[in-house]
Amino acid sequence: MKPHIKAKLASLIAVTGLAGAAFAAPQTFDFKDPKGVNNAVFKLDAPLEAINGSANGISGQVVFDPAKPEATRGRIVVAAASLHVPNPMMKEHLHSEQWMDVARYPEISFEAKSLKGVRTDGNSISADAVGTFTLRGVAREMTIPVRLTYLPDKLGARSNGQMQGDLLVIRANFSIKRADFGINPKAPEDKVADTIELTLSIAGAAPR
Amino acid sequence: MRRMLQWLAMLVAAATLTTWVATGAHRGWTKTTVAVKTVDEVTGLEAVTYEPRFVMGIELLGGGLAGAALLGGAAQLFRRKTKTTKNQERDNN
Repeated sequence: MKPHIKAKLASLIAVTGLAGAAFAAPQTFDFKDPKGVNNAVFKLDAPLEAINGSANGISGQVVFDPAKPEATRGRIVVAAASLHVPNPMMKEHLHSEQWMDVARYPEISFEAKSLKGVRTDGNSISADAVGTFTLRGVAREMTIPVRLTYLPDKLGARSNGQMQGDLLVIRANFSIKRADFGINPKAPEDKVADTIELTLSIAGAAPR
Repeated sequence: MRRMLQWLAMLVAAATLTTWVATGAHRGWTKTTVAVKTVDEVTGLEAVTYEPRFVMGIELLGGGLAGAALLGGAAQLFRRKTKTTKNQERDNN
């Protein structure tokens, strides 16, 4: 290839890239997951008993702009009825009025208003999500450390080519206090820990 | 009756222990579902699904062994059969 053609091609690619960046708009990622991969894991480690379980009834939307990750906002919802523990009697208690009262409070949610302390490493972004965590009808302002991974053009690979678009993976590890949300505060802490460790592993899709 | 209860107690204890060991000798509560973890190839996320499987826990192990102990104890309430000699029978008559 002749040098002047090479230079023109390089500048064309650069201009196309700049135009792409200039027109990059925030995308809305939907976290309703038909594959059932999205999940939230909870752990309570008391001296006498450890309780582990998970929930996969995840939904919600997050608006994310790869050029401006600090403006990320959105709401992630976990259906309280999808909370599962392997022991059937324990699950019944967990869903009951005294504990999670899933009939009265069917949703557990986190509404992110912004990201602060954003650190970008390629397509991976670490930050603190500032927002409102609502559980059992109690809303509390919280700052949750999150890790976002932006996967452009990966929706096709996940949907066997049925859809095209981008994916946004969100991972978060944080803990809450059972007493702060009125989850059976009378339960002895040697059997049911006050600290609930939560791990959120979810992926959202933005089809084109 | 005494012998029958003793055999029943041993049978319950053996069945309880065998089931507990066969389902994994789990030292927690009984489970009717077991978590299965898979990794999504595209996102790298670890998915947790539950498959129905019975895993006997310590409460059923304890209950089974306590039931066996009760049966064994009940067996003691019945008198042991004693052999009588011809002389004793004659004396009794």
